[in-house]
Amino acid sequence: MKTQEITGSIVDTFDRLPAPDQFYTRVLQALLSVWRAMTSSRKVAVGSAIVGIFVLVGLFGPIFMRFEPEATSKLFIAPPSSIHWLGTTVVGQDIFSQLINGTRTSVFWGLGTGVLVTLLSMVVGLVGGYFGGWVDDVLTLLTNVSLVLPALPLAIVLAAYFPRGPLTISLVIVFTNWAWQARVLRAQTLSTRSREFVTAARASGEHTWRIIFYEIFPNEIGIVVAGFVSTTIYVVLTWAALEFLGLGDGTIPSWGSILYWAQQAGALGGGLWWWFVPPGVCIALLGAGLSLINFGIDEIADPRLRQDTNPKKVRKAAA
Amino acid sequence: MRHILRRILFYACAVWVAVTLDFFIPRLAPGDPVAALVGKMSIKGYVSPTMQQTLAAQFGLNTHDSLLVQYFKYIGNLLHGNMGNSIQYFPTPVSQIIGQDIGWSIMLGGVAVLLSFGLGCLFGIITAWRRGSVLDTVLSPAMNFLSAIPYFWLALLSLFIFAYLLNWFPLTGGSYDAFNVEPGWSLDYIGSVIQYAFLPALTLVISSLAGWMLTMRNSMITTLSEDYVLMARAKGLSEGRVMFRYAARNAVLPNITGFAIAIGTIVGGQLLTEMVFSYPGIGYALFQAVSEQDYAMVQGVFLIITLAVLGANFLADMLYAFLDPRVRVERSA
Amino acid sequence: MAINGTFQSNHEGSPYNRATSPLLEVKHLNVDYLAASGTVHAVTDVSFSLRRGEILGLAGESGSGKSTLAYAITRLLRPPALITGGEIRYYPREKGEALLSVDAISKDASGADVITMGAIEEDANNRLPAEIDGESINLLRLSPARLRKIRWNDLAIVFQSAMNALNPVMTIGAQITDVLRAHRPSMGPDSRKQRAIELLKLVGIAPDRLRSYPHELSGGMRQRAIIAIALALSPEILIMDEPTTALDVVVQREILTEIIRLREKLNFAVIFITHDLSLLLELADNVAIMYAGRIVEQASTRDMYLHPRHPYSYGLLNSFPALRGPLRRMSGIPGSPPDLRSVPPGCAFHPRCPFAFDACHKVLPVLQSVQAEDSSQMVACHLYNPVYSVEPPTASDLAKKYEALAEGNAKR
Repeated sequence: MKTQEITGSIVDTFDRLPAPDQFYTRVLQALLSVWRAMTSSRKVAVGSAIVGIFVLVGLFGPIFMRFEPEATSKLFIAPPSSIHWLGTTVVGQDIFSQLINGTRTSVFWGLGTGVLVTLLSMVVGLVGGYFGGWVDDVLTLLTNVSLVLPALPLAIVLAAYFPRGPLTISLVIVFTNWAWQARVLRAQTLSTRSREFVTAARASGEHTWRIIFYEIFPNEIGIVVAGFVSTTIYVVLTWAALEFLGLGDGTIPSWGSILYWAQQAGALGGGLWWWFVPPGVCIALLGAGLSLINFGIDEIADPRLRQDTNPKKVRKAAA
Repeated sequence: MRHILRRILFYACAVWVAVTLDFFIPRLAPGDPVAALVGKMSIKGYVSPTMQQTLAAQFGLNTHDSLLVQYFKYIGNLLHGNMGNSIQYFPTPVSQIIGQDIGWSIMLGGVAVLLSFGLGCLFGIITAWRRGSVLDTVLSPAMNFLSAIPYFWLALLSLFIFAYLLNWFPLTGGSYDAFNVEPGWSLDYIGSVIQYAFLPALTLVISSLAGWMLTMRNSMITTLSEDYVLMARAKGLSEGRVMFRYAARNAVLPNITGFAIAIGTIVGGQLLTEMVFSYPGIGYALFQAVSEQDYAMVQGVFLIITLAVLGANFLADMLYAFLDPRVRVERSA
Repeated sequence: MAINGTFQSNHEGSPYNRATSPLLEVKHLNVDYLAASGTVHAVTDVSFSLRRGEILGLAGESGSGKSTLAYAITRLLRPPALITGGEIRYYPREKGEALLSVDAISKDASGADVITMGAIEEDANNRLPAEIDGESINLLRLSPARLRKIRWNDLAIVFQSAMNALNPVMTIGAQITDVLRAHRPSMGPDSRKQRAIELLKLVGIAPDRLRSYPHELSGGMRQRAIIAIALALSPEILIMDEPTTALDVVVQREILTEIIRLREKLNFAVIFITHDLSLLLELADNVAIMYAGRIVEQASTRDMYLHPRHPYSYGLLNSFPALRGPLRRMSGIPGSPPDLRSVPPGCAFHPRCPFAFDACHKVLPVLQSVQAEDSSQMVACHLYNPVYSVEPPTASDLAKKYEALAEGNAKR
């Protein structure tokens, strides 16, 4: 019931006829109601906390590192101890330090790439949905083709040819994953376009780009946020996969590259579980945090999925 | 009919895009990676004159043909099934290597996809039907977590636990015990194949089960509040019939597209799993090609994977039109 | 709107009023919705009875609990809705009567074969479950298996939306025959198909539509198909939850005529739920009016039309224009139905009632006879309770007050 009311308030915000000069207040309002809706769901709260912790570790973790992540030592293949919390690699590097350093790369490149994917799909979706006609036809065809091409193999091929590095991986992921969100946003824009405030803005001679980004876009912030979260899950997983394949820059520490070096050094056959288990756990936790946020958003968007009642109470009463 | 025709046109377009990408990516990549490779290899003395010729033809090195002419030659070659020659196993044609590996991939992927789809849907149906029960409250969050685990890491972990620690399954990779077993229709051989495929299949099933279950559960919950399900109950039909014929039959529709697409990923969907287990499928071939910079092989594998996915998507569209009578009308209208 | 003519024919001309024995008795039924924010009483202390062949109309605004009541009777409520009290007694038909109605059907449906009759007869025998208390069954105490047997055999329901009540991926034919397959196991595929064709003919659909999917039919056809499905086992009771709301006026009329015709032919009882009271005046034998989960007035259609007692009934009845008679100012009921989470104390209608006085704010009125000598009209209103009110208002008093109210609105 509580979330229902809050979803209602999102809709209210969207329904209000906006004055064009209040763009920032409206964006702020929309984001605020998304935030309120999110914090009222336990799933979203837990998910946000997990993601938040990773962001904090990424920001401040390296300050507290006790070893240089790449520095080798004579203590090879040491299992976890009070000195090396997560043990050492075959060349005596401190895995815990590598993990902290890797968190910075993985979290920030992951989130940043998520933002890039979202931006690209926003432009394509909004432009196609708003203009219609041949522009939309072309963009829709592009979107659909991009949707049916297998993303991971294409990303592997692209990453194999271009110079190794985080920027390559980021762009490759953007190139192979923008289409899904673009399609969702296009559909939404199509329906928003016919709303009266858009017609009013057009009648009053507002500039097309202003209409698209100032009038229509603020109405789609909810979808964009949801899309960003689900995209980022995929980005984090794909990122790790590409690096694990050796398509990243192995000298830059990240969760994926730790896994790559562990695999290269035969950590599995040597039983060095402390090398390959922690980065995987980190990826899984970050992924789980993001999915929790996503499930929460799904439930907010579709009240039928919500467990509104207390089933125990119902069962007890029925018995 | 018009609907089918339009889909055929669309997929023809998608195939063309894939082929064109495949042609242009190596040529547009900065720093001419193929030339760099040839350079590196000729220093080591690996490059024979024939090999250089082949590479030149494949990637447009040292040739005076315009890009357009090269492009048409390339398409002509593809139409003859010629995807060039592998560099790491020169001069074996790429198509021959792919032909050897693809069977293992299809077997492994097929079993995994069928199992995970079937089980996932069944779990989804049951947890939605018994919503709020103990089963639902335990299984659904557990699946949420499972779906976030990177599946190649799950593969690493299962390999570590079941092969390294427990020694139940081989750690060495391969598709069967090549030292002790002769390929053939013998029990030993089949048993060995199962033993080698078990862990890869298991991790594939576990990692994709969650996705199927969760989408099915959501879709089922939405369907359960439909009037026709209520009416089916009011009709006094048996619980199973209401659950499957009325609710699940409709709830599975959105999943069907996903399933057909998953069929397409049978060929290339377990890239990372195959790599972790050194399972000699097409994914492992791609992995090796990438690390050996065998570009012709990379391109060939990508093309095959793409074609499989596109074919499956096309099949999905047709299947959907068959399963949902409404689509036949709406889409062609 | 020839209301007079129609309901008179229903009343005096109809042979179905003969039996006075009840078919269904609802006693003190309570349905709650258990929500996180608190319990909502959707249906409170509702009692009524339905006789064989009777058409009982249930009217009320949306949110008055009428659909919840329908689902409660068919036991289709799902959590968080829960029946918290009362009983629903069903009096199964006696064997002789059952055969009689079977006879009626097979005569009607050309070429009804022996198998059909045999099947129904056989089922009529095992239709009497162990829960029989004397000769009635409490529907709320039935085991799932027994409940499944009763459903559709005795008690069928037609849903509001013809669009959504049919399974989109099954043909009409399959949706008829699967009822037969579940309830008449002895019928073969051929006789099932035969019966499906009969049923379609019965509601005026060409038999070749058997293979059509729901989306291939028009809205009216779909509703007919649903009625055909509902009649598949010739039930005793048909509950219709706003069966015509989603249809346009012409089709609505056709469907209503069809229902009246079929009722006369097959002699089933109907609980007809609608927000459109004028519809009920044409169709029903008796009418019950619900407000905020309670029945506030219950009367024969004639009494309801001639002299509605409850101010709410009056308002509902006069919220549409009369074609004949003196021109009156239209007087809708001011305000809107209460939020069931916070129903006003006393009479739930008092905030909207032009007659409300002190007692209405505090004391809950009970449903009782208006006059001792005429027990058929019951009303839950303090205006007719001698304890609070010296002289009950007449229909013209009600009219005056509402007109004054309307004038007042107009001036404002």
